[in-house]
Amino acid sequence: MGTALDVRVKRAGKVYRDGEILSGVVVITSKDAVQHQGISLTMEGSVNLQLSAKNVGVFEAFCNTAKPIQIINSTIEMVKPGKLPSGKTEIPFEFPLQMKGNKVLYETYHGVFVNIQYTLRCDMRRSLLAKDLTKTCEFIVHSLSQKGKLLPSPVDFTITPETLQNVKERASLPKFLIRGHLNSTNCVITQPLTGELVVESAEAAVKSIELQLVRVETCGCAEGYARDATEIQNIQIAEGDVCRGLPIPIHMVFPRLFTCPTLETTNFKVEFEVNIVVLLHDDHLITENFPLKLCRM
Amino acid sequence: MAAFPWHARSRNYVSESEVCKLESVPLDFGDYHPLKPITVTESKTKKMNRKGSTSSTSSSSSSSMMDPLSSVLDGTDPLSLFAAAADPVTSAPPTDGARRKRDKDESSAVGSDFEPWSSKRGEILARYTTTEKLSINLYMGSEKGKVTTTGSAVSEKVRTRLEELDDLEEGSQKELLNLTQQDYMNRIEELNQSLKDAWSSDQKVKALKIVIQCSKLLSDTTVIQFYPSKFVLITDILDTFGKLVYERILSMCVDNRVSLPDNFSPESVNDTAKETCLNWFFKIASIRELIPRFYVEAAILKCNKFLSKTGISECLPRLTAMIRGIGDPLVAVYARAYLCRVGMEVAPQLKESLNKNFFDFLLTFKQIHGDTVQNQLVVQCVEIPLYLTLYSPAIDWILQCIAYHAPDVLLTEMMERCKKLGNNALLLNSVMSAFRAEFIAARSMDFIGMIKECDESGFPKHLLFRSLGLNLALADPPENDRLQILNEAWKVITKLKNPQDYINCAEVWVEYTCRHFTKREVNTVLADVIKHMTPDRAFEDAYPQLQSIIQKVITYIYDFALLFSVEKFLPFLDMFQKESVRVEVCKCIMESFIKHQQESTKDPVILNALLHICKTMHDSVNALTLEDEKRMLAALINGFIKMVSFGRDFEQQLSFYVEARSMFCNLEPVLVQLIHSVNQLAMETRRVMKGNHSRKTAAFVRACVAFCFITIPSLSSIFTRLNLYLHSGQVALANQCLSQADAFFKAAVSLVPEVPKMISVDGKMRPSDAFLLEFLCNFFSTLLVVPDHPEQGVLFLVRGLLNVIQDYTWEDNSDDKVRIYTNVLHLLSAMTQEAFIYHVDKVDSNDALYGGDSKFLAEINKLSETVVSQILDHLKTLGKEETLKRQSQLALYFFNTILAHGDLRNNRLNQLSVNLWNLAQKHGFADTKTMVKTLEYIKRRSKQPEMSHFTDLALRLPLQSRT
Repeated sequence: MGTALDVRVKRAGKVYRDGEILSGVVVITSKDAVQHQGISLTMEGSVNLQLSAKNVGVFEAFCNTAKPIQIINSTIEMVKPGKLPSGKTEIPFEFPLQMKGNKVLYETYHGVFVNIQYTLRCDMRRSLLAKDLTKTCEFIVHSLSQKGKLLPSPVDFTITPETLQNVKERASLPKFLIRGHLNSTNCVITQPLTGELVVESAEAAVKSIELQLVRVETCGCAEGYARDATEIQNIQIAEGDVCRGLPIPIHMVFPRLFTCPTLETTNFKVEFEVNIVVLLHDDHLITENFPLKLCRM
Repeated sequence: MAAFPWHARSRNYVSESEVCKLESVPLDFGDYHPLKPITVTESKTKKMNRKGSTSSTSSSSSSSMMDPLSSVLDGTDPLSLFAAAADPVTSAPPTDGARRKRDKDESSAVGSDFEPWSSKRGEILARYTTTEKLSINLYMGSEKGKVTTTGSAVSEKVRTRLEELDDLEEGSQKELLNLTQQDYMNRIEELNQSLKDAWSSDQKVKALKIVIQCSKLLSDTTVIQFYPSKFVLITDILDTFGKLVYERILSMCVDNRVSLPDNFSPESVNDTAKETCLNWFFKIASIRELIPRFYVEAAILKCNKFLSKTGISECLPRLTAMIRGIGDPLVAVYARAYLCRVGMEVAPQLKESLNKNFFDFLLTFKQIHGDTVQNQLVVQCVEIPLYLTLYSPAIDWILQCIAYHAPDVLLTEMMERCKKLGNNALLLNSVMSAFRAEFIAARSMDFIGMIKECDESGFPKHLLFRSLGLNLALADPPENDRLQILNEAWKVITKLKNPQDYINCAEVWVEYTCRHFTKREVNTVLADVIKHMTPDRAFEDAYPQLQSIIQKVITYIYDFALLFSVEKFLPFLDMFQKESVRVEVCKCIMESFIKHQQESTKDPVILNALLHICKTMHDSVNALTLEDEKRMLAALINGFIKMVSFGRDFEQQLSFYVEARSMFCNLEPVLVQLIHSVNQLAMETRRVMKGNHSRKTAAFVRACVAFCFITIPSLSSIFTRLNLYLHSGQVALANQCLSQADAFFKAAVSLVPEVPKMISVDGKMRPSDAFLLEFLCNFFSTLLVVPDHPEQGVLFLVRGLLNVIQDYTWEDNSDDKVRIYTNVLHLLSAMTQEAFIYHVDKVDSNDALYGGDSKFLAEINKLSETVVSQILDHLKTLGKEETLKRQSQLALYFFNTILAHGDLRNNRLNQLSVNLWNLAQKHGFADTKTMVKTLEYIKRRSKQPEMSHFTDLALRLPLQSRT
């Protein structure tokens, strides 16, 4: 490999916000001098929507949402055609992350049906004889802090056989009483989801208690939409037959990249929910669902 | 070459000695003298430690003896103190705030008095074992090329990450069944190794996977009796992992090759390091299962230091609360123990979460007796008492962390809380093992009360008494309670049916008894032990404990008269019927005797008992015994023999030695010691009689000499025999036993031809010539004073020895024979003097016997002539190229002899010396410095009276310059 191209942004975490300046260097390493037809750098940001397999046939006919939505795109010419000396060449660059008009810079998000991704692409065009060189580098965008104070919205819950829906034979259920609370369903994305859960009584032994973080992605337009809920992560908070009456902490860190502040646009929506799943020894599965609202402060 | 006659210089030893004597100078007391005791004037060790060196001003003003090394070493070791204390001189002065902070840290840090985990580790591994089959369940296989269903929009890197994480959950399952305990431990060690390998080959994700899988094993409680050991093994891996991560991040903080100081602040950590650290925490936070998530996060708890100052103090309570989610009480308590362990290591000042951990445990204590646990025990066929002991290491550890430097108030509160819970023997036991011994000892009666109330079916009671006994061995209970404590405890102990349980308890309580009570109680206790251990030969399985009992008894009762008056002591020893153990015990007793016995003894009880013990040790020696072992046993027996003294009753003493000889005939060093002791006895007799033996003492001394004479031949080492013959001959001579002395010397002479060329010294073969040379010189010096036997010829012994030397096969290329001949010339010169240089008191030597008779002198001269011609012959044979150096050295040696002993006024001798001088220098092998010095010496001597002929000699000796 004669010539290597690399793009490095300045911040170790590669995290930038609206209004900030994205800076870094393009590094070219080569043993010999490099002849080229110009080096350019492109910053791109786009939303990719993917229709889930079950919905494809229905929507593609009348809806064009599957095409990526461009958020930001700008290119600069870094070096005019010429020759680079041998060894390591570093070319610094700066991009202002500025949105035009009232467009919003969505936060980076990797989901199943919705993907919001920002990349820097460096291209070195070369003569006919040599192949063009390209290097891409993802950077991460965090949206600005939301204005206003976040109101905590605590939720208390009690789960008993009676509170359950979707039960086929209520009579066969063992008796149990599980109480608890979430400190808030309005969550700051950088702070963990917290709360407590008490198994007051349970006839059957508890096998496991889990927190299931779920994303609900909606793609669509005026004609119709597709809504899919998929699991992001599952965190066990209790294993085995826990002590009755002893509060068990609920604690879950929101994973980076796979979560973002709850997002609602004309074309797509990204929302989150948490399920508390109690698994009993006789394989009864009890689930309690809580919608969450994530934001960045 | 014509024979050179020898002319010895006549000497006046008295005047010579006066000339040569050092002038005695009266010593002023204030003067400095290198051998006077050194006193350290700077007696505060702390001050010196601050300097970081042990240099001290020494002065001889005080007479108190004080070793500068030990004075530094007592107290804290200076290096650690040096490391801990801020050195105001050498290091840059820290800012005031930082320093105060450091001081604060120090005060809360864990000191050396905290028993570290590493010491518990081995104990747990040894104690919790199993013969059942174990299994390891790992989901490790990372199958690449698996089809992923993730959306195509996900970047390549993210996808591979996801794949790898998925592997954790869905990778091929590797289940290892039917492992023995040893296999299991090997597997875990393999995992530890592969963790290190993965880390060093930069496969961080694989490393994390290994750690997660390992900690997952801790949620498995099948084969429950092995769980504590499993915990130890797996937390080792976690510790390794924690260290690797911490060091990696720390190494990222190195800026401009300057690494971070030990107590860095998060602000000084660079962004890359922080980001990496954060990544680890995010990764761990997404681990699905509770137990691995807990353990892995606890393992890298220390890394919080990179992120924020309060990180650790926020994390600890959260992790503590997290354990509440663990349903199995045993798994939970070990998780708590691990958290406490990490907490103590990283932030010992955070006591709160330690206490919280314990209180949380108390809250879940009732679970132990719940249905889930009971069902599990039934399935695994584990009894409740055994199950409860599994908790001990973890609770002990948690309580030990809490109790470390904790105020009594807190301890009392803890104890009260434990008391309130039903069936609390388990807790009680841990309280006793973890809390300060003083605290427990002061409340011994309370504890005994509580122990008695405990449920029989629960935690084994003998363990409780054992724990209490251990505390009482360390700290003293109140004076008034002491006897009652012993009575109460022993009442229970003596009722224990199982000999193993019994002996484990008794072993501990013997120490308490020895410490506080008299021999009567000790005797009772020993009798009780004998009574319990004798049926069915139960003692056979309890040798270590019995041995430890003996050790404890002799640590406290080291007055051997008292010890042997404990009636049951010797019967107790009879329980050691396995020979190796018995010898070990004997060794212990003898070591203690040698260490503690200050005065020599003749107490028949002690002697009988110890002779019996020594005999046991001696009888254990056989053909397979190692040299070291023999040496050790011999040293112990010798120590004993040296301590035996019957005072003025010399005959009794001798008969003791005779008895000892018959008892210890297989250990040569003991025989040697006995010969020395008997010789000493003879000399002691001589001293008491002031040199004039009466008929009775003369007979006694002859008996001593006879003892030596018949003992020496039984030794195998030839040089030992030679030296002892010589030594005993000297003693015989000193005691006027002339014919016996002759016999010794004759024996020595006839033994010389048997000296081998090589002898073994410290297990290596060495040439024997140096030893032989030394011995012969010594022998010749003695022969000067030995009077000739009236029936044998003149100088019978000297001639005999010379003949032996002549016939001895010397090493081909050695000059030893000639060196000896040269030395014989010294002897012969001394013999021609009118009065010999030294005498044995009350023995007439040849000077008095012959009175300078001319025939005698002629004999000597004839002998000298022969010797000189032998020397010269040898010098001639050294004329070859490769031996010229030796020739030069030998010539100079002979020259010096002539200079010292010969009469140089004789022309031929004078000429001979000049020739020798020239021969020494002829081939340029002479050392110029030596030659110059020799010449200077001659010139100096020439100034003395009657030495004027030396001036001429000096003129005739040319110095050859090297060039």
